[in-house]
Amino acid sequence: MSQLMMKQEEHRQARQDLSDVAADWSNDQEVFRQTHWGKVMMWIFLLSDTFVFSCFLTAYMTMRASATLPWPDTAEVFALTIGGHPIPLILIAIMTFVLISSSGTMAMAVNFGYRRDRRKTAALMLATALFGATFVGMQAFEWTKLIFEEGVRPWSNPMGAPQFGASFFMITGFHGLHVTCGVILLLIVASKVLRGHYDRTGDYSAVEIAGLYWHFVDLVWVFIFAFFYLW
Amino acid sequence: MATTIADDLRPMHHPKTWAGKYVWSQDHKVIAIQYSLTAIAVGLVALVLSVLMRLQLGFPGAYSGITPENYLQYVSMHGMIMVVYLLTALLLGGFGNYLIPLMVGARDMVFPFVNMLSYWIYLLSVVVLLSGFFVPGGPTGAGWTLYPPQAISEGTPGHQWGIVTMLVSLAIFVVAFTMGGLNYVTTVLQARTRGMTLMRMPLSVWGIFIASIMGLLAFPALFVAAVMMLLDHLAGTSFFMPAMQSMGQTSQTMGGSPILFQHLFWFFGHPEVYIVALPAFGIVSDLISVHARKNIFGYRMMVWAIVIIGGLSFVVWAHHMYVSGMNPYFGYFFATSTLIIAIPTAIKVYNWLLTLWRGDIHLRVPMLFALGFIFTFIHGGLSGLFLGNVSVDVPLSDTFFVVGHFHMVMGVSPILVIFGAIYHWYPKITGRMWNDALGKIHFWITFLGVYVIYLPMHYIGILGVPRRYYALGETGFIPQSVHTANEMISIAAFVVFAGQAVFFYNMIHSYFWGPKAEPNPWGAASLEWQTPETPPGHGNWGAHLPIVYRWAYDYSVPGAARDFIPQTEPPS
Ligand code: HEM
Ligand SMILES: [Cu+2]
Repeated sequence: MSQLMMKQEEHRQARQDLSDVAADWSNDQEVFRQTHWGKVMMWIFLLSDTFVFSCFLTAYMTMRASATLPWPDTAEVFALTIGGHPIPLILIAIMTFVLISSSGTMAMAVNFGYRRDRRKTAALMLATALFGATFVGMQAFEWTKLIFEEGVRPWSNPMGAPQFGASFFMITGFHGLHVTCGVILLLIVASKVLRGHYDRTGDYSAVEIAGLYWHFVDLVWVFIFAFFYLW
Repeated sequence: MATTIADDLRPMHHPKTWAGKYVWSQDHKVIAIQYSLTAIAVGLVALVLSVLMRLQLGFPGAYSGITPENYLQYVSMHGMIMVVYLLTALLLGGFGNYLIPLMVGARDMVFPFVNMLSYWIYLLSVVVLLSGFFVPGGPTGAGWTLYPPQAISEGTPGHQWGIVTMLVSLAIFVVAFTMGGLNYVTTVLQARTRGMTLMRMPLSVWGIFIASIMGLLAFPALFVAAVMMLLDHLAGTSFFMPAMQSMGQTSQTMGGSPILFQHLFWFFGHPEVYIVALPAFGIVSDLISVHARKNIFGYRMMVWAIVIIGGLSFVVWAHHMYVSGMNPYFGYFFATSTLIIAIPTAIKVYNWLLTLWRGDIHLRVPMLFALGFIFTFIHGGLSGLFLGNVSVDVPLSDTFFVVGHFHMVMGVSPILVIFGAIYHWYPKITGRMWNDALGKIHFWITFLGVYVIYLPMHYIGILGVPRRYYALGETGFIPQSVHTANEMISIAAFVVFAGQAVFFYNMIHSYFWGPKAEPNPWGAASLEWQTPETPPGHGNWGAHLPIVYRWAYDYSVPGAARDFIPQTEPPS
């Protein structure tokens, strides 16, 4: 096919997509055809939750920009000494790796859910929950280290701006709470999968809905990682 | 579990016990009434507080029971209750719950259980809020805007416990609203009946729908602000707290940004104004169209105006902060965006007027309230144009001009619509008719009364009378006439307050002894009036969902047998 024809084809496709969207929105009954109500609701909830985290992060950035004392160097604060060498951000790197892996297992769980593979779905969800729990565990370790070794408190910080500890505890705490809720949600859905609940109702959507939430929490972490640790 | 469209075969859970039907109910209509009654009850508390404030302002010193601290506490609780716990809860939790499923032809909200939880969590937030009156030191006196550092600093009433109950209650409210809001939005998107396209929905649903989306995006900022201030107060963080000197001592806090709180608060606070206004816009459009027997003028324009207002209202928040000390250049941007909102808003006002134009206007009570709304809203909108401009706002900030403005535009206007809506839908909700004469008396007392209350406030505001002041005392620039005006305002406020008894008497009496209402007393075309039973039963539609063939505004169609054609009537 010539270049020109490919371009034309692309344009035609784009127009088609656009008019499909318009058709969906001007239909009766449903905007998102054949979509589980719970899924729509989860998407809207995640949009709302995005605003919560955006507010937290924007507030943190404002504070960081206007703090009166110097902001500690995160690469140093969050370094671990392994074999005599301080390695910057190593724990966070591992935590991030764990959480991203958990998104992988979750995606596979959703896939097996749609194939009605009860055991594999449940096993992969449990693995996801395990990764999540590991993440929260490492976070607890990090908090302990910061509190007891570095002496950082919500109200004070020997290394500089008190807003450092305050926003760290608040933002990672709020995210950790989300992960914890996610783990509980995964465990509940996984046990329902195992007991064959969704085989009876013929609808594995709950797995996908839990997955949406999980991926979201994961994505939020990427932003926290970028804005809090890497900045 | 519900997968897709609400089809007729979806099994409904019918509770058998009384408590299952009326207390732990999952029926959207019962939840709507629970929401409304709670909101009205807590609204009455706010109303009583306003009477106490007016006692103090009109007759300073005459009532020694009201201390300066009390006055500030009344102001703060009055403002917050009115805006959040009355108007938001009543318009979205009350009318949203009642009208959405009935108007789009659904059997219920998509997740009735979550919907029920929403109400109970809302009730919890109200209880926590009111507990503020009983904690040591009383409720917060920081103003409804709760600005730090003063909100949590020595010297402000309720800075120890009152502020905690307030912030916790707000956070709980946000959770409750989120549960409800997700339901409203998903129901509109996914659970409409056959033939009900988005562009055939009554404007009431459009207003509530967009307001719910806005709530889901704006309340997060309030939630975050509340959490951060709670941490500042309870955990000693310095998010909003700068270093402060008090009695020769420097505070523990340092380097925080009070302006940050203001940004977060108003990122919620301004959209909140429209969260309250948009449902009112939608509902009043329907009232006007039904009682003027004319299709709404420019339906599509009305829908797009609602959507555009909803979007724009997220980029105007700092017009509340012209005097906050933020970067003055922000003023250019925010004044411009603020004035741009006037365009879609003016479109709506013109369309209401053009709907009335040569209509077959029936001056029934709901219509009177709708017309009253047009007056107060235009009035409040015009004073808003003044406040939107930086140079005009600076001298007017924190004066009674502002109090007059926002009461007109977001206090009285939605309240008038709410009254109109209650009169309008009461026959459907209860199956009874109210007393017309009493309704008209109620309207005239309220409508004329609010003008006597709020119009003079603009004048005394221009003279420089500040808001949130316990008493003016002997102040050079304040002439004697201001004191006279204040007395008049207060007396009018008492009359309006007393006048509401007529409303409550009418509603309660009619509920038991009013004449039976017809299913469609106003001859309205929209779906909620076409239910097989009045009041609608559980599941709303009997055996089969209705099918919609037309928009909700076929009034006085030439050649039609009646002067309205219900949405369910097939084209001939
Ligand atoms: C008859 C009805 C009402 C009366 C007599 C009344 C009266 C008052 C008075 C005297 C103040 C205090 C002004 C000051 O000292 O600064 C006030 C403040 C306020 N009112 Fe009302 N009000 C009424 C209804 C409403 C309604 C329906 C709303 C809903 C939006 C509302 C929202 C507010 C707000 C947000 C404040 C500001 C509170 C603050 O400064 O923190 N009011 N009202
Ligand atoms: Cu505003």
